[in-house]
Amino acid sequence: MGALGFILNAAEGERSWRLAEYVKRGGYGALKKIIHEKIPVDQIVGELKKSSLRGRGGAGFPTGLKWSFMPRQFPGAKYVVCNSDEGEPGTFKDRDILRWNPHMVIEGMIIAGYAMGCQRGYNYIHGEIWDIYKRFEEALEEARAANLLGNNILGSDFSFELQAHHGYGAYICGEETALLESIEGKKGQPRFKPPFPASFGLYGKPTTINNTETFASVPYIINEGGDKFLELGKPNNGGTKLFSVSGHVNRPGNFEVPMGTPFKDLLEMAGGMRGGRKLKAVIPGGSSAPVLPADIMMGCTLDFDSIAKAGSMLGSGAVIVMDETTCMVRALERLSYFYFEESCGQCTPCREGTGWLYRVVHRIEHGEGRPEDLDLLNSVTDNIMGRTICALGDAASMPVKSFIKHFGAEFEYHIQNKKCLVPEDVQRAGSGFFKAA
Amino acid sequence: MLSQESRNQIDRETAKYPAEQKQSAVMAALAIMQAERGWLSTETIGDVAAYLGMAPVAVYEVASFYNMYDLAPVGKYKITVCTNLPCALSGGVHAADYLKQKLGVDFNETTTDGKFTLKEGECMGACGDAPVMLVNNVRMCSFMQPGQIDRLLGECT
Repeated sequence: MGALGFILNAAEGERSWRLAEYVKRGGYGALKKIIHEKIPVDQIVGELKKSSLRGRGGAGFPTGLKWSFMPRQFPGAKYVVCNSDEGEPGTFKDRDILRWNPHMVIEGMIIAGYAMGCQRGYNYIHGEIWDIYKRFEEALEEARAANLLGNNILGSDFSFELQAHHGYGAYICGEETALLESIEGKKGQPRFKPPFPASFGLYGKPTTINNTETFASVPYIINEGGDKFLELGKPNNGGTKLFSVSGHVNRPGNFEVPMGTPFKDLLEMAGGMRGGRKLKAVIPGGSSAPVLPADIMMGCTLDFDSIAKAGSMLGSGAVIVMDETTCMVRALERLSYFYFEESCGQCTPCREGTGWLYRVVHRIEHGEGRPEDLDLLNSVTDNIMGRTICALGDAASMPVKSFIKHFGAEFEYHIQNKKCLVPEDVQRAGSGFFKAA
Repeated sequence: MLSQESRNQIDRETAKYPAEQKQSAVMAALAIMQAERGWLSTETIGDVAAYLGMAPVAVYEVASFYNMYDLAPVGKYKITVCTNLPCALSGGVHAADYLKQKLGVDFNETTTDGKFTLKEGECMGACGDAPVMLVNNVRMCSFMQPGQIDRLLGECT
């Protein structure tokens, strides 16, 4: 796993997550350097800007810029929050980062606290990964015992507390302001922005929220310099990146590769197509990203700019691979159900619209589609997109629009023939699930 | 009334947040109480509210918003299967079908002996391990082919 990168490569084996092992790998070196050499805060943020590190949670916002939005002179409490609420279908990288290298995330968060003058941090961990949450709590204990957290860290006048907050099953809490509401002990409904979290965040105080992988990238940038990180990737797309490959491949898993790696190389790393079957489509950046047909995807490199040019999004780096046994109507039906189920209900276009999307795709899949349904779906998405507080409405709409755009003929076949182009037993064989004898 | 043990556990959670923000521990408190009592009754929700100084309806709002809380009794073993697209491509739906057949129940139903409840789950963030199941919210089981499912059911005694 991940021989090319610095987040997962050194960190395999059951005990590798322990503090002592992390320190042996040079861990906490960046924090020590900052504290012992009294590196100015501007220089830390400057290195981040130079590195072209872009947020790894999906939006790809430049991290250095985000950190510079924090009002450093603000007198009261300020917070650093890590978003490990990984629930975007297809994404499973943060779980592996926290499983194998929790201290790298902790170190990144402490440095963030130092750079932005924050006294407290929280890591919001996805509800379903209880063992990972418990491990993170243990890692925090280790860091506290070593005076890497708490009062007067490493003898300096910098103090920082860090805690883990355990989610309990709500996709919407991956949205940063919903996540803040959730930490505050409420249902996770996104806030209207502005004000942005940098001015009104957790408990109404200035807050910066970054993804797990973003924080994990920080120590490397401090140790090696922003330029070196940038060189790992390509211009405007610095660093290596974790890609979660799922679906119809031989070896699903996380692969840490330089930004700009050709998609076909990643596919090869994942063991190629299951059963040697033909690639049909790829969702390159988590379920909310528009689907791309095989021929377009095979020409893409894996970075924000290339995928955007092809008409989709790099998102969280979750690459969902579908082969020729996939029924695209059924695939979309499942995704549409997900957004319908996970809409928080706050905005009418999303609450009602996701229900419409699911019900219409469902009836097409079940042989009750009507000739006007594809136009209806497009019209519903047009009435959702851009009309909601958060991005969930757009996230629900983009799959629908792109599936119809690229695989419209398959939807029309379903509507006309009241059945699927791909026979049921072929779909079953594709899933690789064998009935016990 | 909360037991001393659950109070201690909740207190540890409350200590994570600023003193005036006790409410932040409500999610953890509900999870602790669900583990202790099996599910969250109106009475349990009221106990949590009283302990954290919240309005019962504010606690109920949280309990009913997050998917992993059970507002009705469930079996001794609650098995949640992810059937979302990435899992489905690798047998998630078929694994759920297999479980339904084995247990003789549909989603959101409990076996007559009260042992198993089957739930359909959304993304657990483990798509590379599909088919994936979660037992009682804490134990994640990966690569659940029929043989592994049979073994899991056998271990649930």
